[in-house]
Amino acid sequence: MSRYLLNKFLYTVDRDPDLVERYRDDPRGTVTWWEAERANQILNCHIPEASTWLRFDEVEREALTTHDYVKLFELGAHPFLTLTLFIAMFERDHPEPLGFQKEYARRLAHFSLPYPDIAT
Amino acid sequence: MATLAAVIASTHHPFYYRASTAQGEDRPPFADEWVRKITAFRETLTRARPDVLVMVGSDHFHQLWLDNMPQFLIGKAPFYDANWYNEEREFGLPRMVLRGQEDLSAYLLREGLDAGFDLAYSNELRIDHSITCPIITLRPEADLPIVPVYTNIFAPPLPQPKRFVQLGKTIRELVESWPGDQRVAVIGTGHLSLELGGPRQFGPHGPDPEFDRRAVEWIASGDLEGCLSEVTLDSLHAPGNATHGFMDFMLMMGVAGEGAKADYVDTLDLFHTMEAYFTWYPNGASA
Repeated sequence: MSRYLLNKFLYTVDRDPDLVERYRDDPRGTVTWWEAERANQILNCHIPEASTWLRFDEVEREALTTHDYVKLFELGAHPFLTLTLFIAMFERDHPEPLGFQKEYARRLAHFSLPYPDIAT
Repeated sequence: MATLAAVIASTHHPFYYRASTAQGEDRPPFADEWVRKITAFRETLTRARPDVLVMVGSDHFHQLWLDNMPQFLIGKAPFYDANWYNEEREFGLPRMVLRGQEDLSAYLLREGLDAGFDLAYSNELRIDHSITCPIITLRPEADLPIVPVYTNIFAPPLPQPKRFVQLGKTIRELVESWPGDQRVAVIGTGHLSLELGGPRQFGPHGPDPEFDRRAVEWIASGDLEGCLSEVTLDSLHAPGNATHGFMDFMLMMGVAGEGAKADYVDTLDLFHTMEAYFTWYPNGASA
């Protein structure tokens, strides 16, 4: 299990306007492409100096490909990264102010303290 | 030696800029009161006549990332670009450029290292809303040079609360021993109770009003002993999953000093989180 890699996906997609739209429109294709092409890039390094060992497990891959932010919370993905990216993708579909954010809270309502560990 | 002209601690609400500039039906009902409170808070910095601002905040996974995460970092650069695409997208924040006070950065780094803090540094730092929000609220002209100080309140493992307090005390000692005659204000922003990406987010108030009440009392009265006796890395999960940002308030209590009552205290109960504003004048308001 790699909370780090989940976070790396959320972080690198969130900071790229084109990737935000691509992930919204084609989550399965985007996750497959990202895991093959981007998961092992070290962000501050020349591309050939990549890592060799990073991959999602089945549960993580499925959570990302189904936009399942409840599952991502359960897996310990960093809540700020998940929230920020999902607001960018789905706030537009909710006409009332903070409509998406409030629905997001409701869908997490079954979690109580302590929340899933987010340490990486 | 430099003069510590003011110590200011504040929340950093990224929605203020948009709320305060919105017009007509886009303007939220709480905007006018919020602007009045911010305008009064701004005056507490203006009257201190600062030349330089030391700005304490926390990067929100913008430039600092999990492959290389510093606990405490000081910017040392002649300029700082500011605000990021996702802050523009979500909060409508403007792009900004701030000048840096490099000689004070160098002084804080050298003397801070020698005082026992293994500080990281950055010679090219793009700062985020934890620092630009208080620029927008307290010094919208953005005309003073800054020294950014970033803390990790965000990506565990985090330093202990007492370490934030100790760093605050050290920053004060170093500012007051900095050769020269500049007037320095130290401004830091954090959170009271706050939940982001969890079930208690975006409620009608902050997630834990009772924590907020006690936190405001600790800060306003300078009750570092009481605060440190109750606040731990574990305890901060209870008021909300982003409440570790309160440790930046604890850092600022360290700057202000044990038992230092704030000269100015104000709060605003908003949806989602409580706003809180504090100013101390260590040498008197007119010094």
